[in-house]
Amino acid sequence: MTTASSRGTAPDSTQTRAGVPVQEVAPLLDVAGLNVRFGTGPGQVHAVRDASFSLAGGRCLAVVGESGSGKSALARSLLGLAGPTAEVTAGRLRITGREAREFGPRQWRAVRGRRVGLVAQDALVALDPLRPVGKEIAEPLLTHRVVPRKEAGERVLALLERVGVPEPAERARAYVHQLSGGLRQRALIASAIAAEPGVLIADEPTTALDASVQSRILALLGELKEAGTGLLLISHDLAVVEALADEVAVMKDGRIVESGPVGKVLESPEHPYTKALLSAIPGSRPRATRAAVASDDAEPLLEVSRATKVFRGARGSRRTAVDEVSFALRPGETLGLVGESGSGKSTLARMVLGLVAPDGGTVRLAGTPWSTLREHERRQWRHTLQLVPQDPLSAFDPRWSVARIVGEALATAGVGRAERQARTVRLLEQVGLSAQHLERRPLALSGGQRQRVAIARALAPSPRLLVCDEPVSALDVSVQAQVLDLLRQLQEDLGLATLFISHDLAVVREICARVLVMKDGRIVESGPVEEVFAKPAHPYTRALLEAVPRRARTAQERL
Amino acid sequence: MAVPHIPAAIRAVTARIGAAVLVVWGAATCAFLALQLIPGDPVSAIVGSNALVGAEQREEIRHHYGLDRPLALQYGSYLKKLVSGELGDSYQLQQSVSSLLAEQIGATAQLALWSSLVAVVLAAAVTVLTSGRSRWPRRVSTAVELIVVSTPSFWLGIMLLTVFSFRLGWLPVSDSGDARSLVLPVITLALPIAAVLTQVMREGLLGALEQPFSLTARSRGLAEHTVRSHHALRHAALPALTLTGWFTGTLLGGAVVVENVFARSGIGRITLQAVSDRDLPVVQGVVALSAVVFVLVGALVEVLYVVVDPRLRKGTGVAAA
Repeated sequence: MTTASSRGTAPDSTQTRAGVPVQEVAPLLDVAGLNVRFGTGPGQVHAVRDASFSLAGGRCLAVVGESGSGKSALARSLLGLAGPTAEVTAGRLRITGREAREFGPRQWRAVRGRRVGLVAQDALVALDPLRPVGKEIAEPLLTHRVVPRKEAGERVLALLERVGVPEPAERARAYVHQLSGGLRQRALIASAIAAEPGVLIADEPTTALDASVQSRILALLGELKEAGTGLLLISHDLAVVEALADEVAVMKDGRIVESGPVGKVLESPEHPYTKALLSAIPGSRPRATRAAVASDDAEPLLEVSRATKVFRGARGSRRTAVDEVSFALRPGETLGLVGESGSGKSTLARMVLGLVAPDGGTVRLAGTPWSTLREHERRQWRHTLQLVPQDPLSAFDPRWSVARIVGEALATAGVGRAERQARTVRLLEQVGLSAQHLERRPLALSGGQRQRVAIARALAPSPRLLVCDEPVSALDVSVQAQVLDLLRQLQEDLGLATLFISHDLAVVREICARVLVMKDGRIVESGPVEEVFAKPAHPYTRALLEAVPRRARTAQERL
Repeated sequence: MAVPHIPAAIRAVTARIGAAVLVVWGAATCAFLALQLIPGDPVSAIVGSNALVGAEQREEIRHHYGLDRPLALQYGSYLKKLVSGELGDSYQLQQSVSSLLAEQIGATAQLALWSSLVAVVLAAAVTVLTSGRSRWPRRVSTAVELIVVSTPSFWLGIMLLTVFSFRLGWLPVSDSGDARSLVLPVITLALPIAAVLTQVMREGLLGALEQPFSLTARSRGLAEHTVRSHHALRHAALPALTLTGWFTGTLLGGAVVVENVFARSGIGRITLQAVSDRDLPVVQGVVALSAVVFVLVGALVEVLYVVVDPRLRKGTGVAAA
């Protein structure tokens, strides 16, 4: 690229960008027989097996599959970034008309960002936390010399505006952690499209976003597609796929098991795996028939009255995380708590667990004071309520075996050393695991198995109340369905009361009898699930429901 | 809360200053007590081997230095003097401790700051150069680091002297006043520090290169060395910064071995001499100086932390959606 250096000396030479044809007739991506292998010898992982597909401008191809199915390896091999241990082979690997099989490092660098852009998963960690987002967005511009250095700032603002970021000048100077989830994702998209690549790979672009933000990001990606970008969407969420994709390829164990137009594959799936994926979508399954509707006369197990929590920020700012919240939970009842991130759900959960003291109001447990007790008095009752965390991997000591993790909870509950092993095995069996998992460490377990261990640990002291904080949001849909089934089974068998916290309305609808909707620290709506979902009274509830992607919604309406 | 009206910034600064005072007081007290525990009569240290001093004169000296007063009173007046910045007079050198320290601190600071600078630059360069995809540079570097770290610094100094001063005659043997005499002592001090620092930085750099933002950076078409220098190195700097602050503080307290090997003046040398002569005021003065230096360096490191990591800045907490 010589444009930048020759500008001054030859003012009248109107050079166009070297080597980029004005019109692409051939597909942007044309791949046949792609294989990606990691490592060598018996430990070799065959991540992508014989994949073939093509993608044209203005179209969207979705690659669907659960974690570990090879989606990400496929995407990275299109950027030459499968990693130093990866061996990539293909019958044909044409990227914007060029055969990429023999590309060296320099040619790959010319592809990255310029021909193929990547929107990686989770913008919070995909953008460098130590640099302002404006610099991040300028990086592809400067690397590929799209604009001279002194015009880069202007272009960054234009890009931020293009992806719908308000006050771009201010946001360009902000760091990732200062932006909300939606703005972060927009900034990441802006950096991926900065050097105007023809192909955009979006890897789980809406995972970890709230439902309403999710739909706006999908709309933005839709606009880019309309404008002629070829979009390769990677997702495990079929609802997202339906909203955006023209074609879909379903991946399982590295192989594309089914592919075709999105309507055909999702409406009349042929492969059993596609069918299984579709039926596992929360909301598309039958609801628990008797989702434990507790009798009103039973004495509440948990009583929260006018609980308030105020946090003090830097510079003395105050933020009311929970604002005069009152509710009661009866034995055996499942109560859903719904709201977007930052609505105060987790703070409320911590107050219920007695980990955060309310600034106002009280929490009562089984008819006795709870939030007002001193910690040493509270400790003898702690076994009554247990937490199932969102991410069990970070809630376990990675060096401990399953036996030790569950055994510790049993020891705290006063179970003697001699009995512990047998009780641990019984608990594991109760959650669908077995004695063979005893010596495994958390990293050697799958996501679903880890959540089962977390549930087993919570059950160890024989609690009466489980507080589940987003217990399935980190899991694949089919695993999600299994864990929800397990929770429901346990409720029926043990008569456990559950406070079920989630941002996912479909999940809440499936498992809960009653629901509370939380916004900005307040309960804005509450009632039986059917009523709240059928006739939402508060505008916020309506907005939440509308943001649920189409497929899950229609599935619900069918029921 | 009890004090809602005082601005947070003032409260933070007050707390920091309070903590600093506590550190200096603690160090001074420890030094005072430790010197009391050393067996023997301080008067013997003052008079040295002068056998002509009789019992009467010894009493006089004892009274002159206030050593006949109760311990609590001695401690009290010691603290009082310390607060007013007065460190007393040396027993041996007929000079006030503060003027003695002032004379020596220049040479020590010069050596310490140059060594720190060389160590940091060397470590950063080696880290960036050896954390590429190829493993061989890394293996060689790791081996060299281990050897350098385990080499005693007096031996390293003598080896450098033998080669560069005696054999090749490129550099002066001892402190001759010009800048060239600083080269060998700085290298002797900087090498082992750079080796440790490289290990910490490489660990951080390789960790940062595994992070998702490094993948994003590569996906923009950045060359591998640019990913390292523009993105990952800054992440690696955070743990290295703590270490750098610590050894800079240590060096400012005097580099005993290197100062002796290269016959340089400095805090380290007078400390060694004061300890062996039981020159208590000097030892106490050095301890107080070190404590102050550590407090200052610690504050500086905290400021640098905030410069490197925007997430630590006040008022830049997570913004609302």
